Amino acid sequence: MNWFKYSSPQTFFPLAGKLAPWFGVLAAITCAAGLYLGFFVAPTDAQQGDAYRIIFIHVPAAWMSMFLYLVMAFWAGLGLAFNTRLSGMMASAVAPTGALFTFLALWTGSLWGKPTWGTWWVWDARLTSELILLFLYFGFMALQAAIDDPRRADKAGAVLALVGVVNIPIIYFSVKWWNTLHQGASVSLTKAPTMAATMLTGMAVMAFGFWFYSIAAALTRARCIMLERERASEWVGDYARRSA
Amino acid sequence: MNWGSLDNFLAMGGYAFYVWGSYLVAFGLVSAEIVLLALRKRSALARLRLHGTAEGDR
Repeated sequence: MNWFKYSSPQTFFPLAGKLAPWFGVLAAITCAAGLYLGFFVAPTDAQQGDAYRIIFIHVPAAWMSMFLYLVMAFWAGLGLAFNTRLSGMMASAVAPTGALFTFLALWTGSLWGKPTWGTWWVWDARLTSELILLFLYFGFMALQAAIDDPRRADKAGAVLALVGVVNIPIIYFSVKWWNTLHQGASVSLTKAPTMAATMLTGMAVMAFGFWFYSIAAALTRARCIMLERERASEWVGDYARRSA
Repeated sequence: MNWGSLDNFLAMGGYAFYVWGSYLVAFGLVSAEIVLLALRKRSALARLRLHGTAEGDR
């Protein structure tokens, strides 16, 4: 078994092409199920009424914003260490989807905060560190776009991504360390979730849906990046002719 | 969870603006990303066919 069989653009391209649609379909089914659970099974909340239903987007998006940054930093670090072209491409492929979920977490959080906290925004530890995460994603994408040679852009982006990793634990633990406005974790790795079962299930299913979606989006974008960066190689020419 | 009627569902217990404001933006952004990805792939292929395999950066 050759562990590195899929570590070159040429071999990974067809594999990503086969996987992406499946993850896309899985994402659609899972999100549909999650939304059904969230709106038609989970009851109205005693305190928050129906405003809490934003949780089915807010929490999965926030989880993904942190997780995708770590995935991006992992690929970036790998590319920096081993000078492998595909690693850099994967990091660039994940960044926009990570930025999307970070913005979504901030947007839905703000719309949830207005009716329940009485404010769209406050310089709370969790909110501020998540906003910094959004700027890190934009910074990564802008830095890469500003450098013509993709290999050098990958290196520069990798350094920024790795430096930014420190922000992820800060976001995660911000609610405990500073204990400003945002509530603590209802779901954590250490203790049982403090949420009603149906609400929790809906949220978990949506989290899987977002996860499958991210894989489908990142794989699809990675293929686009490969077509762009490897345009001089033979296999890309063959692929272009075949798919005419 | 029985909403009773479509109007109740849309009213979302009085939080319609906040809940649907979140869900519509989420759905809109995800759809936009999917469309952008499709466009990006098509333009990458078009450029390949246009220029053949011109010398690019390896």
